[in-house]
Amino acid sequence: MSATPEAKPEPARRIRFAFTDEQEQFRSAVRRFLEDKSPTTEVRRLMATAEGYDPEVWRQLSDDLALPGIHIPEQYGGTGFGMVELGIVMEEFGRALLCAPFLSTAVLAANAILNAGTDAQKSQLLPDLARGARLGTLAVTELNGEWDPAGIAAVATPDGDGYRLDGTKSYVVDGHLADLLVVAARQPGSAGHTGVALFALTGKTSGVERSALLSMDPTRKLARIDLHGARAELLGNPDSGAGALVRSLDQAAIALANEMVGGAQTLLDSAVKYSKLRVQFGREIGSFQAIKHKLADLLLEVELAKSAAYYAAQAAAVDDPEWRALASLAKAAASETYLHTAAECIQIHGGIGFTWDNDTHLWFKRAKSSEVFLGHPSYHRELLMQRWGV
Amino acid sequence: MGKVNDAEVRAEVREWLAANWDPDMSLVEWRSRLADSGWGMPQWPKEWFGRGLPHTLARVVEEELANVGAVGVAKSGVRLLAAATLLEHGSDSQKKKFLRRILTGEDTWCQFFSEPGSGSDLAGATTRADLKGDFWIINGQKVWTTSAHHADHGLLLARTDWDAPKHEGLSYFVIDVKQPGVDVQPLRQMNGHASFNQVFFTDAKVPQENLVGRVGEGWKVAMTTLAHERRGADGLASPSKRGTRVGRIHAEERAETEKANQPYTWYPQRAGRVDLILERAKETGANRDRYIRQEVAKLLILAKSAEWTARRARAAQQQGRPQGPEGSLGKLAASHVARGCSHVHTLITGTGAMLSGKGSARDGIIAEILVSVPAVSIAGGTDEIQRNIIAERVLGLPKEPRFDTGPFRNVRKN
Repeated sequence: MSATPEAKPEPARRIRFAFTDEQEQFRSAVRRFLEDKSPTTEVRRLMATAEGYDPEVWRQLSDDLALPGIHIPEQYGGTGFGMVELGIVMEEFGRALLCAPFLSTAVLAANAILNAGTDAQKSQLLPDLARGARLGTLAVTELNGEWDPAGIAAVATPDGDGYRLDGTKSYVVDGHLADLLVVAARQPGSAGHTGVALFALTGKTSGVERSALLSMDPTRKLARIDLHGARAELLGNPDSGAGALVRSLDQAAIALANEMVGGAQTLLDSAVKYSKLRVQFGREIGSFQAIKHKLADLLLEVELAKSAAYYAAQAAAVDDPEWRALASLAKAAASETYLHTAAECIQIHGGIGFTWDNDTHLWFKRAKSSEVFLGHPSYHRELLMQRWGV
Repeated sequence: MGKVNDAEVRAEVREWLAANWDPDMSLVEWRSRLADSGWGMPQWPKEWFGRGLPHTLARVVEEELANVGAVGVAKSGVRLLAAATLLEHGSDSQKKKFLRRILTGEDTWCQFFSEPGSGSDLAGATTRADLKGDFWIINGQKVWTTSAHHADHGLLLARTDWDAPKHEGLSYFVIDVKQPGVDVQPLRQMNGHASFNQVFFTDAKVPQENLVGRVGEGWKVAMTTLAHERRGADGLASPSKRGTRVGRIHAEERAETEKANQPYTWYPQRAGRVDLILERAKETGANRDRYIRQEVAKLLILAKSAEWTARRARAAQQQGRPQGPEGSLGKLAASHVARGCSHVHTLITGTGAMLSGKGSARDGIIAEILVSVPAVSIAGGTDEIQRNIIAERVLGLPKEPRFDTGPFRNVRKN
């Protein structure tokens, strides 16, 4: 896929309701790649490893498809597309349940740097992320699990031309792997959103202690990061950190919503397929209205959640004034739908759906981790109301 | 004659309008001119009050009519469904007899399909038509008939063969509604309105020449009617732009529209009035309740997502892409939205939801929502039937075993 002016974000463009032919072709290319590289046998193999991804597949999706830099401007080493293309990538990854440090590196770390960093910092840090040559992540939440910047207790103390970070970060996606850590911390004595800023450091800095957590969803690895006076560089301006952070989380919410609707579609397809195969009482279970109606309802739910995820991505791509509210809307819708679809997929499979050998639980666990990652649907519904001024 | 183009059609219709359009003539007189010239339904065949133009050029004609503020042919109610069905299946004498008066608005039509014993299972109709001499004699009962109380003709689906399988024993007729054997009664709904009728047929008569299609082909003919209904051919005339125009024609048209719309004042409430949710939450202070905020957000997420799904389906269609599943879900989504509205309006209104009429919340609008919403998931195909259709046609799930095969006489009925 080559960069065209058509796909570049430009302000005041109208929100589109259909993907362009070029975007559909791009989706097909990503899907073909994943069908080849991420069958469930690979998902199962990788989820059992400590790293949780295949470096060779990561290299291919970086070198051959240039995916980690899809939304990063060309001047920083990316291909310069936007949220819509990032959404397509995430949806396909969610569909295939790809095990890769994409959410952490491309979505969370790269967007945080884009939103907070100075031009020099972006030029220095982003090209490696865009090329997939370096893994990164964003550390926001702490032991309290809060997603609002007000919940941040980690402290950044000025020290010479840099800062020293103290505190504990948790639920950090790929935090055990990432070489580039973007950490949210606050000025000593500050509270609320004031005084929160983003800092960059490498995972090998002294004073950084990283431990992998035992995540319920083995396809998405989490870590705890203890910071003991670790030296870090401030990204951008010390006063605009909370704004940049929330913006990054909103972009991540849209990306994750698209990943979730991709996963929900896989679950729906699986449930439909099984209900046509499984025979009980002398007929396919899909001929019973109890199953038919459940599946029709799920189809509706999945299509509605897709519409929200797509619309939010399109709105963010054109910087529509409403896109922050829509990020919360899409996240809440996709979370509910994904988990519901996963639960019903197990139910339709019956006993076999509860076995380890059946693949449904792989997506169920991703649905569960995605439900609370970046904030539970109820948190986002409240945010939505606030953002709509209710 | 070669193919006509846009500019030629525009020029021709403009010239004709300049010579014929006059807002001070009577509505029927003007519509007679439209029907006879073919400019009223230009996409219809030339021999039947049309000009045989493709739909794209018919829109051009519509634009030209609108440009001079000219009223169109009568389109409200069931009349265009009747016309479409007759054009496809009717005999020449039927077309001659009925089409012109449909377009002039002189005749009003209704549809006798649903019965008390066959709602979702429309083909299970048991209203009977028995041939005696030159007349079919009709006995039975129809229900949910829109406008039967002022209709002149009805489209009637009735059983003519009780030994044939269910779908093969039906025939399709045009019946004169204004005759002694047809008793039209209003059907009062749970919300107090009576927008529909129930109609009793006791030895009502239909002349043989009013059979549409052949005996036993009624289901096929009815499918044509229903297909046009789904395409929205029966949309109520929109009075919006013409609301303030002066002239005898416009006054007559406004009266016609008002009469046609009168029974449906509650339709916006039936859909749930999602547009009122935020205003109501703010004006009552319910927006400060954390639980209600959650429920409001859930509802608005649903409503917005449904709206975007419909727009996504339209956008894909406009790009010439094959129809995806998103195009079949609107009706079911609308039911969910309506029910959600009923739930949230109740939360917002609280104890006040026990009252109705003047002085109650929004002077009765909220109460009307609460007692009208149950219609949405039933009218025009129940949610359950919609789910069957989605499951079978979109997801490709197997059909249920049937118990209504063989001679209809032996099929279990209500």
